[in-house]
Amino acid sequence: MKIVGLTGNDAVAEAMRQVNPDVVAAYPITPQTELMEKFSEFVSDGIVKTELILVESEHSAMSACIGASAAGSRVMTATSANGLALMWEMLYIAASCRCPIVMGLVNRALSGPINIHCDHSDSMGARDAGWIHLFSENSQEAYDNTLQAVRIAEHPDVLLPVMVTLDGFIISHTLERVEILEDDEVRRFVGEFNSKYSLLDLTNPITMGPLDFHDFYFEHKRLQVEGMEKARGVIRDVGKEYGTLTGRGFDYFEAYRMEDAEIAAVALGSSAGTARGVVDELRSRGKKVGLIKLRVFRPFPKDQIVNLLRRLKAFAVMDRSNSFGAFGGPVFSEIRSACYGQGLDLPIVDYIYGLGGRDTTFEDIERVYLETEQIAASGKVPEDIRFLNVRE
Amino acid sequence: MSERLPGWKELAMGGVIEEAGNAERYETGSWRVQRPILDKNKCTSCLLCWIFCPDSSILLENGKVTGIDLEHCKGCGICARECPLKDKAIVMRLESECEQVK
Repeated sequence: MKIVGLTGNDAVAEAMRQVNPDVVAAYPITPQTELMEKFSEFVSDGIVKTELILVESEHSAMSACIGASAAGSRVMTATSANGLALMWEMLYIAASCRCPIVMGLVNRALSGPINIHCDHSDSMGARDAGWIHLFSENSQEAYDNTLQAVRIAEHPDVLLPVMVTLDGFIISHTLERVEILEDDEVRRFVGEFNSKYSLLDLTNPITMGPLDFHDFYFEHKRLQVEGMEKARGVIRDVGKEYGTLTGRGFDYFEAYRMEDAEIAAVALGSSAGTARGVVDELRSRGKKVGLIKLRVFRPFPKDQIVNLLRRLKAFAVMDRSNSFGAFGGPVFSEIRSACYGQGLDLPIVDYIYGLGGRDTTFEDIERVYLETEQIAASGKVPEDIRFLNVRE
Repeated sequence: MSERLPGWKELAMGGVIEEAGNAERYETGSWRVQRPILDKNKCTSCLLCWIFCPDSSILLENGKVTGIDLEHCKGCGICARECPLKDKAIVMRLESECEQVK
């Protein structure tokens, strides 16, 4: 183990260097650019054996990743925001072809208006594409999640692509203390990827991505659902094994001071760090508050989350993206829906926050907790969907 | 189709086709509007139709054209168009005017 100073982008690039994938295909986009810039230096310096394919768009990047994965390679890439949007068509194809591609996604607001700063509209928009979504709170977790993602994606029961998200600029460009494993430890942890199929295996010719009509498409989609369901156990097992190796175990979420909490909030990404500080401060004032830091958004850990909410008096969801015309943001919709039919009549409020990189401070999150405390006292949620820190 | 199709648990992940060349068993000629009719007496087996057919539906035996695979022929009419004989050896006829294949 070594302790180094790394930005989030550096941390993912470092994990990629240690994984040493067969193929990487990528296109630069802010704030992911430095991640791939760093990795391309490793390629140029001959430190990795990766074939780096420089393409003319993200659509081509994901297409090249799918082709390389179909050939049986271990494949990685990274993107942000509109780059992910341009991959859209291919995201679904990667998942349905069961290509275990690992992608760093540096969260950035989707245009428009044009904006380069953090929110989760990019990855949340892709939540139905069939990818596993792992959120990271800081550079350390961006590193840890990237290594685990390789194992989760390539598990023979799963074989699904994984995106590891890190908040644009807030994590991607902030230098932090990061503990990294030795190269040989990473090599042992991720192991060799032995793909069941390879398009280059001329002695066992196969067809990938064929036309699939009304008579088989539905069955293949059902089989894909099963891969996502199987991922639940694999994510936990890999998180435990990683914990044995590093002392940092991972689960679907971190339940922080939830044991006797009456008021709690859920947050994803870097805001969870700020929220943890708020919880400590409010606890010091005698308030029974807690935090759920959600790490795995797909597959969504509904049963485990509902169990955590049973003893609460009110709950706040922090959504760093909006779902226009829907009942609340993506995280709110999931959690409120998960509670239905569980004998849980818990007041839940949604805070849409931080869009386009709007700073979300300690005081902002403290306000979330104090307003949720009022909801607990009255038992009423006068406004289900609130917009945190937006000017009237 | 009376044959039982496999359930999702029996399928290969990702829609992979593990057996090469099994499209031969997948009937795709059912939506043909026009059917090529071959006159073996006129045909010289020049094989231009065989070269041009986009669906490998011209049947050959020992280098001679013996018929048309109507389970896969889509009725595009390229074979009839490319037949070099002035008095064509393949002509297209509306399916509704033809006898049923089966």
